[in-house]
Amino acid sequence: MDTHDPALARLIEQVAAARGASAPLDICGGGTKRFYGEAPAGAPLDVRPLSGIASYEPTELVVTARAGTPLRDLEAALAEHGQCLPFEPPRFAPGGTVGGMVAAGLSGPARASVGSVRDHVLGVTLLNGRGEILTFGGQVAKNVAGYDVSRLIVGSLGILGVICEVSLKVLPASVATETLRFDWNEARSLENLSSWATQPLPINATAWHAGRLSVRLAGARAAVAAARARLGGERLESGAANDWWLSVRDQRAGFFSLGEEHLARGEALWRLSVPAVTAALALPGEQFIEWGGAQRWLRTTATPDVVRETAARTGGHATLIRGRDRVAVFAPLSAVLMRVHQGLKQAFDPARIFNPGRLYSGL
Amino acid sequence: MPMNTGLLSAARDSGRAPRQAEVVAALAEALPRAAILFRHEDTAPFECDALTAYRTLPMVVVLPDTEAQVAAILRICHKMGVPVVARGAGTGLSGGATPHQMGVVLSLAKFNKLKVDPASCTAIVQCGVRNLAISEAAAPHGLYYAPDPSSQIACTIGGNVAENSGGVHCLKYGLTLHNVLKVRGFMVDGEAVEFGSQALDAPGLDLLSIIIGSEGMLAVTTEVTVKLIPKPLLARCIMASFGDIESAGAAVASVIAHGIIPAGLEMMDKAMTAAVDAFVHADYDLEAAAILLCESDGTPEEVEEEITRMESVLKEAGASRIEVSRDEAQRLKFWSGRKNAFPASGGISPDYMCMDSTIPRKRLAEMLRAIQQMEVKYNLRCVNVFHAGDGNLHPLILFDAEDADEMRRCEKFGADILETSVRLGGTVTGEHGVGVEKLNSMCVQFSESERGQFLGVKRAFDPLELLNPGKVIPTLHRCAEYGKMHVRRGMLPFPELPRF
Repeated sequence: MDTHDPALARLIEQVAAARGASAPLDICGGGTKRFYGEAPAGAPLDVRPLSGIASYEPTELVVTARAGTPLRDLEAALAEHGQCLPFEPPRFAPGGTVGGMVAAGLSGPARASVGSVRDHVLGVTLLNGRGEILTFGGQVAKNVAGYDVSRLIVGSLGILGVICEVSLKVLPASVATETLRFDWNEARSLENLSSWATQPLPINATAWHAGRLSVRLAGARAAVAAARARLGGERLESGAANDWWLSVRDQRAGFFSLGEEHLARGEALWRLSVPAVTAALALPGEQFIEWGGAQRWLRTTATPDVVRETAARTGGHATLIRGRDRVAVFAPLSAVLMRVHQGLKQAFDPARIFNPGRLYSGL
Repeated sequence: MPMNTGLLSAARDSGRAPRQAEVVAALAEALPRAAILFRHEDTAPFECDALTAYRTLPMVVVLPDTEAQVAAILRICHKMGVPVVARGAGTGLSGGATPHQMGVVLSLAKFNKLKVDPASCTAIVQCGVRNLAISEAAAPHGLYYAPDPSSQIACTIGGNVAENSGGVHCLKYGLTLHNVLKVRGFMVDGEAVEFGSQALDAPGLDLLSIIIGSEGMLAVTTEVTVKLIPKPLLARCIMASFGDIESAGAAVASVIAHGIIPAGLEMMDKAMTAAVDAFVHADYDLEAAAILLCESDGTPEEVEEEITRMESVLKEAGASRIEVSRDEAQRLKFWSGRKNAFPASGGISPDYMCMDSTIPRKRLAEMLRAIQQMEVKYNLRCVNVFHAGDGNLHPLILFDAEDADEMRRCEKFGADILETSVRLGGTVTGEHGVGVEKLNSMCVQFSESERGQFLGVKRAFDPLELLNPGKVIPTLHRCAEYGKMHVRRGMLPFPELPRF
């Protein structure tokens, strides 16, 4: 990236000033995911002026965009060429940016079949705590030169540096899609999802809630038609299906919104990331299950310890999304992993100015 | 840690025997005597990996068979300040497993157990298990492990994690990174550690991403949980001929532009097809300036639909001849030539140097033209095989190492290819790793501050820099030279392994 670019030069200046004053910075894009992670702290560092698609080659399946580029603009540019971000990054409000998408590392309904944000990041340009502009990875899919720092940045919630530019692998939109619905309870749905996963079926996304399983097929026309004939279920009209999956992606269903009265009752929303084949979890409350069973959203009054232990027993972990104010958001790390985290923080941001405490307290 | 050259190394040589005795005695407290090798004749087989140009006799080799022993070895070496180089099958092409002369080679070959769990489509695999053995164990359940590096009959999953290995099918199915859920292993001081989880993600920074491809410099891997995927019901392959390399390069871009992600998309130039056809008789079109192999896999319905689309795109892109595999035997025949590109090159030249850069697909033709000009400039021949779908190139520069001038010209030729790749927006290594071979090329691709940041990452895991020291990150004073890979015919440690 050109360090003489006024927007980038301004960020470098702000970081230098913060470092000099040992004043923490709160890196912001559209501010649509501020509820995620520990509470933000520090003076806002607005990345949005660093905006625009730097290069896009549809035949390369690669797009490079600056961090402040609105996600909406990026997706519109891809759609013009029939391409998309296959991992379906969620947006919880208008205004989300490319940098925020990478920093949060959240993926949508298709994640279990197509991979995560991390799987699609090819390169990142980062402004580290020493004010250096560093580029890791690149614009090609096969690249093993040096440690894969660009993917380490995904989901780092800004604690290692300011994401300036990102190169992403994009894919052609599916030729055909179909959504099927089954009125099945949780146990029956999980059983079928596990069995389907062992077969070559073009299942692209799944969601279960309140006695109904929705399955999205995507791929070649013939494959989707054959799978539809085999799985049965009730077909959802494509416009309605599209809207419905967007509402799942962006968590617009009532399930995801906790009102004051729920919070007052001690209710919280959790995200449990577990092996997909895990049987129905014995936890009180209501669930919304995605990713073939691997992502289970839970609204519960169960204590954080109970939720975390249940997730850990399966080989997974639990993240607090809403409610329970004084509880750590992310599952605790082993002592050895925390030491590595501290070492990495020291290596990228020795003055500890970026998003302090946003991922874990002390980082 | 300085490289093992020059005065420093001579000084160390004189101190090696007493140090060796000390380290062997310490290790003997934790390991059976038979698992510790230190005599010249015992350690010599470990002096290099498949990059044979770099050889260093290790001070000690250990062959543990339990995780407790691995932990104890690391604890002892850490305490004594002894460098440790972990090693799988030693099939790496960039010298990632080149020993340290004052160090211990930690051979993990005895960790060879695996357990397939068909219900969860995963397998828990010890690091010394061969890549192909995973798919063989999963086959009865209709599942397989997707990454298929060419050395898959011999290379181990531990080595695959170290190198982030790809394969012919990674355009569609991803690299090691995309197919591993969890890595279990040990930190440099012997503390047990797990990266990733049995779920699709783990809390905190994505350390699994940085462990994969770290060439054994951040931690020692002992067990890997891999994803298995349902085996495609059918695969068919198209062989397409082109009268000039521009249209072949454009055809690759066109396939992708039409929204097709082939299971494999490979390209060979005329010199290469001639060499391989003489070697295995794959029935290639020897008149073509370049041929493409384009594969589709999936359900029979998917494959039929995709093959039809691929054929029409390739025709439109100017293919002069198109042949679609009728059956599995013919599909394998098409691939046999491609998979024998490396040995076939060994058959037409005393030596060859293999490059491994990646460039954006649209620059393929431009790159080939540049290489043709370099052939004239350096007065050496170069044959070309590309993982075209990924833009990953394996130009093989033909030369005779007995001829000092040819050797020198070949080194310059290789450096020119790598620099051109970086200039075209690519990278110096797509899948073979940096190891010791491309240390100098890292200076071309990364700035001083970027290399400094790599060093910071290294120290976050391994503050004393004892794990595989001297690899991947070049020291400042190295950054004036260029590296090479040089394969001497008949001296490859695995001559029977396919290399593509």
